[in-house]
Amino acid sequence: MSKLPFVGGRRLRVDWRTSVALTGRVVKYLAVPLAVPLVTALLYGEDIAVFAVSMLVVFLFGFALERVAPEPDLGAREALLMVALTWFTVAVVGTLPYLLAGVGTDSTLAQPVNALFESMSGFTTTGATVMGSISFEQHSHALLIWRQLTQWLGGMGIVVLAVAILPELSVGGAQLMDAEAPGPGIEKLTPRIAETARALWLVYAGITLLEILLLFGFHLGGLAPNLDGAVAGTDHAAAAYNAIAHGLTTMPTGGFSPEARSIEAFSAAVQWLIIPFMVAAGVNFALTWRLVGGSPRALFEDTEFRAYLGVMGVFGVFMTALLFVGPGIVPGADVGAEYIADYLGIEGDVESSARHALFQVVSIVTTTGYASMDFNAWSTPLKYLLLFAMFIGGSAGSTGGGIKVVRWVVIVKSIKRELFTTVHPEAVSPVRLGGTSIDERAVRGIQTFTLLYLLCFGVGAAFIMLEAGRAGYDLTVLEGMSAVAATLGNVGPGFGLLGPMNSYLTFSPASKLAMVFLMWIGRLEIIPVLVLLTGAYWRS
Amino acid sequence: MRVVIVGAGEVGSNIAADLAADHDVVVVDVDDDRVESMSYSHDVLTVHGDGTEVSTLEEAGVGEADMLIASTDDDRANIVACGTAGVFTETFTIARVKRPQYLRTWERGERTFDVDFMVCTDLLTAETITGVIGLPTARDVDTFADGLVQMAEFEVPPESPVVGQTVQQADRFASLTFAAILREDGIVIPRGNTVIEGGDDLVVIGSPDAAREFSSAIAPEQSGPQDIVVVGGSEIGYQTVRLLEARGFSPRLIEHDEVRARWLAEQLPDTTVMQSDATNREFLERENVGDADVLIAALESDQKNLLAGLLADRLGTTRSVAVVDTVEFTDLFEAVGIDVAVSPREATAEEITRFTRGRRAENVSLIEGDRAEVMEFEVDADGDAVGRPIRELAAALPNGVVFGAITRDFELITPRGDTVIEAGDHVVVFADADAVDAVTAAL
Repeated sequence: MSKLPFVGGRRLRVDWRTSVALTGRVVKYLAVPLAVPLVTALLYGEDIAVFAVSMLVVFLFGFALERVAPEPDLGAREALLMVALTWFTVAVVGTLPYLLAGVGTDSTLAQPVNALFESMSGFTTTGATVMGSISFEQHSHALLIWRQLTQWLGGMGIVVLAVAILPELSVGGAQLMDAEAPGPGIEKLTPRIAETARALWLVYAGITLLEILLLFGFHLGGLAPNLDGAVAGTDHAAAAYNAIAHGLTTMPTGGFSPEARSIEAFSAAVQWLIIPFMVAAGVNFALTWRLVGGSPRALFEDTEFRAYLGVMGVFGVFMTALLFVGPGIVPGADVGAEYIADYLGIEGDVESSARHALFQVVSIVTTTGYASMDFNAWSTPLKYLLLFAMFIGGSAGSTGGGIKVVRWVVIVKSIKRELFTTVHPEAVSPVRLGGTSIDERAVRGIQTFTLLYLLCFGVGAAFIMLEAGRAGYDLTVLEGMSAVAATLGNVGPGFGLLGPMNSYLTFSPASKLAMVFLMWIGRLEIIPVLVLLTGAYWRS
Repeated sequence: MRVVIVGAGEVGSNIAADLAADHDVVVVDVDDDRVESMSYSHDVLTVHGDGTEVSTLEEAGVGEADMLIASTDDDRANIVACGTAGVFTETFTIARVKRPQYLRTWERGERTFDVDFMVCTDLLTAETITGVIGLPTARDVDTFADGLVQMAEFEVPPESPVVGQTVQQADRFASLTFAAILREDGIVIPRGNTVIEGGDDLVVIGSPDAAREFSSAIAPEQSGPQDIVVVGGSEIGYQTVRLLEARGFSPRLIEHDEVRARWLAEQLPDTTVMQSDATNREFLERENVGDADVLIAALESDQKNLLAGLLADRLGTTRSVAVVDTVEFTDLFEAVGIDVAVSPREATAEEITRFTRGRRAENVSLIEGDRAEVMEFEVDADGDAVGRPIRELAAALPNGVVFGAITRDFELITPRGDTVIEAGDHVVVFADADAVDAVTAAL
């Protein structure tokens, strides 16, 4: 007798109980990182009940889900379902601290749709926010560190983390990681998948720690006079808080900041320091692993890495030139008079032109979403360049979102090949990536993915625009497109209403839910989620 | 010397025929008929059995043999035969392989697989082909003294500017020696006043640069090849293209099999691989194969190579090179219009000759089958030749001997009558088949 369930008289080919049970197992362990805000609350003398209750509820919920199938048997289809389900469930239970803390306050996160948006934006490392006001008057230190932590957990992948620490997932682990990992496929670094997952997390955590130490070192060395500034207070503890908070959202290419003005709140030195860490976050972690292992050549011979640096270099130089020569800044831009005065000083200043151009380019291409200034003040050509940059994405196997550099490389090469074979129909020319040729199936997969991505973008943008019309708020085409590009690509900020210093609060609940969906499928690279919607997946 | 040859195929029987006159030859083969015909046609001992088995090798007397040559058509059988022999004797072993991978493996160790010398048929053929097409009108090319010296055999076309010139007029190159002129009626050792005729085969020895310059003097309208088309992605075709890529060419390769074409395209980044039938005229015309400087036919059969070569010739390709498996067809191919016919078996036999003849020659190249040889010797400190000028040495040797080149401390010296031989010199000599023994004795 098969233990597969019958639904409506037809047999299901997917053992969904296994997926639910394993999702429960991951959710159960989410209680552990909730200890971080709990400890923070203790340190700051804030309300610990929020996190204690959250921990308990999360643990019990996960435990209950786990009971669905006592002996989970993971296959390829169950892996797909489990990954999609895990990401959604984690985002849902991640709303608990926001909701509980919001009870009885005027926090925008007290509304479930907003909380889900914020939580999904956190775990998918998007960085789009619906917080009305980001300040410690409104939110506790603990809640804001939880917000940062969701990004750090989501960056390298919750499932990858689960594979690394839960031995029972190691058999189907490769399939799980394949479904979750950004890019066209995972590379096993070690013979055992669990060790590979551990290696990736080790590199990830190591670089995060390095950044936190450097940020704090800058503070001690006087290079970051305002690291302890505006929001956090003016002592070492506040600087440490900010160093940790930003360390937690750089490597996952997240973009959340407990500072309302994002990275603009900090000194030029800190901005320069964060740029290389954002770059590192967008590099394939397998390459970083080899670099740490002492073979830097693998990095510089990698086609994707070169293309990645090249693209950012070209965008960076171009934008630096526009900012330096002008017209980079629009004098009448609606970003606040006190800021525009500063921004107008960028023209003609090499250092600040280069810094702001590079910072924004790196932040958008890697899909981090930090901002060193309000780029709503930028002129239209610069904004459109940034919008295009949202579609590039980081490298495969990095924490970045978007379409990914390697896919663009393959697409450009396959276009070249197409042009060549039009002249020479008999020519056999494989698409090559750094000496090795790529399987035709993989090329087709990449083309399909990219097309699907652009299709999702188009449909999403149409929906967001229509919904804005229905709900009756003004949304320009650039704003609408940037909202979809920024959520589907897990970038974060868009333009205008949803600019880097603003929020997604204006959108209607339906739009917000649509964007939650976009962030979800964007993080999992669409296909693992869309396949769940096909009949063939469930029945054939 | 007692020689055991495993495999009585075309290569094995050629070598056996070559050696039977001077040595005791034992031939081993699994095929009854081959063994039988071998024992009738040649004065050799035959053993019927599997050469990879100890019992068969013992029966062939490998324990007393000085040399074992494994030359079956199966690479692995050849390697195993050498390894098996190595278990119980110290016999010098030669293995013939087709796949270059085995050669690469062998090169990495000391006496890997218990093989003392490995000849890779397909690689040798590819090397010969790339050598030949580097020099327009050349029919055969071989290198000596670590590449410092090149031997080239040129066919002089009737319309060539050098026709009618004397050797003195034609030889304007300091580092080039005219070794011989091969004509229908025999080998002419050129003197200053010998007149070059159309259709002559000229054998020259000298620096590779000089050989190239002379090549363009013979056929000034033909510069080095730019556009090379290889037809057939066999192992030979593949190795040829690889060597061409290594020299900076971007050849075109035509292969009809879809899977093989894909594989080739993946391996050869600088080559345009096309999947088509090489005898499809419409395709060849559309791809302008007629404009190619050289077409190399390396298909799976001699007939197809001939057809492809002739078709390309008809379309206007400047030169055609064809691989010929059957040794006897070589002349026939060249007679009907293929410019150069390269025989893998001949190349293999030539390579194996270096060892089997038991001479001190470092390197040997056979001219026109075995009409003459070009040999390289390293002069010993206690050799008779040390300290003597060439004029004196030459006087003691028969007529058909020419000193082509000398290398000393990795420098090329063009030998003149008064050049004195020193210990450690590498001497490259052309010798008529009749004079080979005398030269070997003298050096």
